[in-house]
Amino acid sequence: MAGKVIVLTSGKGGVGKTTSAAAFAGGLALRGHRTVVIDFDVGLRNLDLIMGCERRVVFDFINVINGDAKLNQALIKDKRNDNLFIFPTSQTRDKDALKRDGVGRVLEELKDSFDYIVCDSPAGIEHGALTAMYFADSAIIVTNPEVSSVRDSDRIIGLLASKSRRAEFNLEPVAVHLLLARYSPERVRKGEMLTIEDVKEILSIPLLGVIPESESVLRASNTGTPIVFDEESPAGRAYHDAVARFLGEQREMRFLQPERRSFFRALFGRA
Amino acid sequence: MRLLNLLFPERRTTAVIARERLKIVLAHERASREAPDFLPVLQKELLDVIGRYVEIRSDMIRVNLGRSGDTSLLEINVEIDPTGVKPTKNGASGDGRATARTDQGVAAPWVKPS
Repeated sequence: MAGKVIVLTSGKGGVGKTTSAAAFAGGLALRGHRTVVIDFDVGLRNLDLIMGCERRVVFDFINVINGDAKLNQALIKDKRNDNLFIFPTSQTRDKDALKRDGVGRVLEELKDSFDYIVCDSPAGIEHGALTAMYFADSAIIVTNPEVSSVRDSDRIIGLLASKSRRAEFNLEPVAVHLLLARYSPERVRKGEMLTIEDVKEILSIPLLGVIPESESVLRASNTGTPIVFDEESPAGRAYHDAVARFLGEQREMRFLQPERRSFFRALFGRA
Repeated sequence: MRLLNLLFPERRTTAVIARERLKIVLAHERASREAPDFLPVLQKELLDVIGRYVEIRSDMIRVNLGRSGDTSLLEINVEIDPTGVKPTKNGASGDGRATARTDQGVAAPWVKPS
């Protein structure tokens, strides 16, 4: 087995990288692919909370890099899906503990037993983020339809083209995809938010999916459940579509129209 | 809504303003990202040298590194005002020192706006 390395990155913080990494890994696992999701945000770990396994962390990424623990001691098996594993990072170390050689070694080992290795990058363009993107085969740029997020995404796309392993060794370039998150059709209709077309035109990379702004995302993080496990949620279904497109399926974009809520749903219902 | 857009094309909504601002700032940032670090310094030094001979303002010189195929092309455009060619004779200012009459006040547009 030769697993593929996917990095979720954005430059800007708070755009939904970790939510998307958890959802994407969950979506791949639900489709039968053996998937591990790795937290690269050393010192500010949060993937464990979003995946709901924070009380099961014993060893972490840094322990494995330093040889203090074996890979199978650090990997946490998801309780909902047998194909899904979580690889938490250290909460006490700093980002310099991510030695590039060590990270490369661990990723090579993971490639033997997983189909997909999903890397949740920290924000910024410092060492941690650069290390997370360095080994990527594919990159998913998580962007919000908002000026600072789009600008930072553009910067990250430039870095992927010049600073990745694939760029360094003149290999086929990293496959870059756009995931537009926190999209609000209602605000777009009012002319208060950049449209999908605006962002696609400005960044000029292929669009993998559009995730509508949804209350269900906060509910999912409250309980430590990746949003793809919520079958009712429009955001969850939008992530499923994005995963399917990533795997080469054709799917129409959904949830791009302002929601029509009936009087009774508005009174009693949930989004 | 569609009809409104037909009647009043391209309303200046905040989203339209955001799109235009992004396009402008990213055009500049992409050009400067690909440019090597020495270009601004090269432009300044060229300006000093040329300024010893003719009057020149910093917005009259453009230095750009382009690429076509596998050749890199260093492109230097110097604009000279035909009416105001006042040769500043090298060393003619009395004390024998070359003086660079350059106006450094304008932001150097060394990156070609695309």
